[in-house]
Parts: sequence; C-alpha cells; structure tokens
Amino acid sequence: MKSQRLVQGNEACAHAAMYAGCNFYAGYPITPSSEVMEILSYELPARGRVFIQMEDEIASISAIIGAAWGGAKTLTATSGPGFSLMQEGIGYAAITETPCVIVNCQRWGPSTGQPTKGAQGDVMQAIWGTHGDHPVIVLTASNVRDTFEMTVRAFNLAEKHRVPVILLIDEVVAHMRENIDWPEPGDLEVIERARPAEAKGFRPFAGDAFLPFGAGARFHVTGLAHGPEGFAVSDEAAAKELRRMVGKIMDRKVELAMADRYLLEDAEVGIVAYGITARPAQAAVDLLRAEGVRAGLLNLKTLWPFPDHLVAEVSERVGLIVSPELNMGQLVREIERAAAGRCAVRAVGRVDGHLLTPAQIATEAMDALRAGADRGMAERSAEGVRA
Amino acid sequence: MSGAMKDPVQIRFSGSGGQGLITAGVILAEAAMLDGRNVVQTQTYGPEARLGSSRAEVIISKGTIAYPEVTVPDVLLCLSQEAARKYAMKVGPETVVMLDSTNIGEDIPASGRVLRLAITDAAVKAGGRVVANTVSLALMNAIVPVVSRGALSRAIEERVPAKFRELNRRAQEAGEALAREVAAAV
Repeated sequence: MKSQRLVQGNEACAHAAMYAGCNFYAGYPITPSSEVMEILSYELPARGRVFIQMEDEIASISAIIGAAWGGAKTLTATSGPGFSLMQEGIGYAAITETPCVIVNCQRWGPSTGQPTKGAQGDVMQAIWGTHGDHPVIVLTASNVRDTFEMTVRAFNLAEKHRVPVILLIDEVVAHMRENIDWPEPGDLEVIERARPAEAKGFRPFAGDAFLPFGAGARFHVTGLAHGPEGFAVSDEAAAKELRRMVGKIMDRKVELAMADRYLLEDAEVGIVAYGITARPAQAAVDLLRAEGVRAGLLNLKTLWPFPDHLVAEVSERVGLIVSPELNMGQLVREIERAAAGRCAVRAVGRVDGHLLTPAQIATEAMDALRAGADRGMAERSAEGVRA
Repeated sequence: MSGAMKDPVQIRFSGSGGQGLITAGVILAEAAMLDGRNVVQTQTYGPEARLGSSRAEVIISKGTIAYPEVTVPDVLLCLSQEAARKYAMKVGPETVVMLDSTNIGEDIPASGRVLRLAITDAAVKAGGRVVANTVSLALMNAIVPVVSRGALSRAIEERVPAKFRELNRRAQEAGEALAREVAAAV
C-alpha cells in the first residue's frame, strides 16, 4: 500500500514543487498562501536549493524570472493583493517566454478584502491580468491530491512551452487537510526544459529550446517586442512574434485541456465547475439524481486556454448547464460562449466568503429547469396562436 | 449513544482562537487516517491570531468525501459562549452537543442531545487550560467513538511536541474520566 499523509493543500503544493525539481523560490508571505513559503523556507535550503524572502511581490516575480534565466526551476506563491502587484512581471515572463510557476491562493477581494475567506474572484485576472495579448496557462485544483498533481503539471507545462503557468487554488483548498497517497519519485512525470543542441548561434526566441545565461552563448532578453534573436522589432515582425507566442498555447487547447467527469454520460443537466466549487457541485449531482434529475459534472482543471470543446460537447447533450463559482460570474462567460446557445446556462455565484453548498446548486438547477419548462410551454402556446 | 457509526460522520469544533481547536481537528483527522478512513479537515477563522471565533471541522468516511464542510453535525463541541450562541441551535435532533460549562452559561440555549460539561475545569486540573482541546477530543471519542482509541493516542503523540506529551496524556485520561461520569449519570 502507498504511504498516506494528512496534508494541507499548501503543504502538497510546496512538496510537489520540490518533487518537480523546483530549486529557487522567491516570495513575500501573504494569507492564505504563506504555508507554501514557510515550508520551502526550510526544505529548499536543506536540499542545497535557494530560498529568498523578497521585499514585495514585484521583486518576487522579478526574482523568479531572473533565476529562470539563470537555469533554475522557479516558483512564487501569493494571494490576490500580491498577485495584482505581479501582473507587470507576468507580462515580462510571457514576452520573454520564461518558464516559471505562480501559485495564487485566492482570497476574498478586491484589495485587502477578507484574507481568511476563500473566493474564485481572480479567474479573469489570471487569464487577462497583464496588458496585451500574451501566452499563459492557468490551472486549478479542487482537492489536496489534485493540488500536488497540478503543481507538478504546472512546472512541466512551464518547462515544455516556456510560459508562465498560474495555478489558482483558494483559501479552502490551501488550508484544507486530506489524506492522500503520497507520490513516490517516478509516480508522476517530471519534464525538463529542452536545451539547444549547441550553444553556438543560439537564438533565444526561435523555438522552445532554452539556454540559461552563462552557458556558452551571449544573447539579449528584453520586454520590448523582439525577434528570434532577442533584438527589438516592430510592424509585421512584431505581429508575427506575438502570433507565434500566443499561438503556441492557443493552438494546443485540446492537448492542454484537463477535466474530470462525474456521471455525465446520460446527463440532462451538466454542472460545469472548477476548483473548490467542483466539490459541492459533485454533491449536488447526487442530490439532483436522488430527485430524479439526471445531472452530471464537468470539473475543469485547465482554465486557460479555455477548453471550449469540452464544454461544447456537454452543451450538445444537455438542456441546461449550471455554472457555480465563488464570484459574481467570471468563467460563466467563457462557458456561455462555448455553449453557443445550444443549451440554457444558469450562473450561480456566491461572494459572502462561504462555499456554495450542494443544496444551493441543486436548488438553482431545479429552478432553471422549471423556468425552462415554463418558457417552453409559453413558446409552444405562442406557436399555437400563430398557427 | 453508541451503535453503528454513521458514514460519513461530521464533527464540528468551535470556540475562540488559541483554544487549540484546529489542532484538535488535525489530531482527529490524523487518527481517522490511521484507522484507514478517508478524511477532510477544514477550518474557519478570522484575521486575528488569538481570540476571535474559530472553527474546525472533520468529516470521516469509508468512501470519497465530495463536499468538504459539515452540513449537519453529528457531534458539536463548543468551548466558548460566543461559539455556543452561533452554533448550538444549528444542529439536528440526533446531534450530540457538548458545551463547556466552564465557559458557557446555562441560559445559553442548545438543541439536539445536549451535554453540559466542565471541560476547561478538567483541563486545568490535568495541568492547564491549554489542553482543553485534548480533554475534549478524548471526551468526545469516549461518548461518540468515531476513531479507535489506539489511533487517537498515536495521533496525539505524533502531533504534539515531545515536551507536552505527558501533559496531553493526562488530559486524555481526564477527558475519558469525564466521559465515565456522564455515563454514570445517564
């Protein structure tokens, strides 16, 4: 039997980072992410790896970008206020195609908000927080085991595609303890960044191969629009590079899509949820089925690039999609776009710092079904009048 | 109050920051894992380091646990008057409600199967109010056995610093003695 451990989401994240080979952490502590930093503050130095407490989050993101160009696998963890400060740096990581991982343990916002209360209010910020079109991958997790796996996955994707990868969890997953089978070395795949065949003539932005500073080549890294050599370009050359950078992520939408499905095969109601809210959603599926409503759950683990095809597939088979989130309606816009009018979409939001409950989600689903049935009846009788 | 254990079983510990409720939740969760069960432990607290209301919840099951928070507790423990005011009426008819009468006035209403016990007094006698959490755990598990005694003892030992083990062992015995008094009175 696998060894089991009772750990918090944040503990799983810190240990998963080391599992993935993280050898550089820079951060500034903030609730509810601080345990990630606390654990790495003694675990990394004990392994001869680097830990730095920075003066703020702007310095933190800058440090992990610089360390990545020094050849390190890098991580920072933060929460809303710190994540806001990191946005410019995330843009710099995106345009310089720097592999790095940013964990955002979401808390109630905006601003200082409620530090100890969970939320899912940073979804759009994670995708679009920095200015300009840019490549970024956003992942999430709804339990402690997933947090471990998604942290490793975040490093792998950062390495493979040379992008900043953002892992969005929330206060509840971050602080929740669950017993998990503890991954042994070799259980999960760990990917290292590709090196060019030779240092001579290395072009830093010509593909996915990556050479750190001091490894035999001289090159230029800049936040300016640049060509494959790293020197500033404009006009069509700038457009071409931007399209390549964004395209390397958006063209891999299907490959990057990860989701869990629960009782979706015969569903007439599909709940599309993510992160902590996938858990009351799964319990809501059981409640609805007990009432005779065939419900199912699509639990999204990749939030960006948005897995349109997975939501489209659900929308073709169900009459109603329910979209529960701990915000006032963010990912529901992507869900509506992907459903493209093939089924009704009902948003269920909660922003009082508490989790949505299974009963709340089930009640909203029942209400939407009744509203849909009433509308259907009204349409049929209107058609009768016209006939 | 014995019989087959419910599955899942839902436990809520409530009180003030500093009473060790989250630690109690972690110890109980660890014990459940040692018993081979699945377990989820969550917590709710304010921005303060001490005082302020604090809550720890534990759900134990043989199966997977989807919703991680307590809906209707099978056991509710309240160590402060504020916590009792907040939670003691929000229970089911079968919920075992344990109120610390050292801190909670008799006039505070409670529903379910109510037990008013001098938990903090027992902790002070065992060596200090700091172990009210361990007294509570042992007391609760003697009245409503949710984990094996062996697993609970081992979890306390593993999660408590070495220099406080003896104190916590005395607290565990004090909790069990308090449970025997309850059994004798019923």
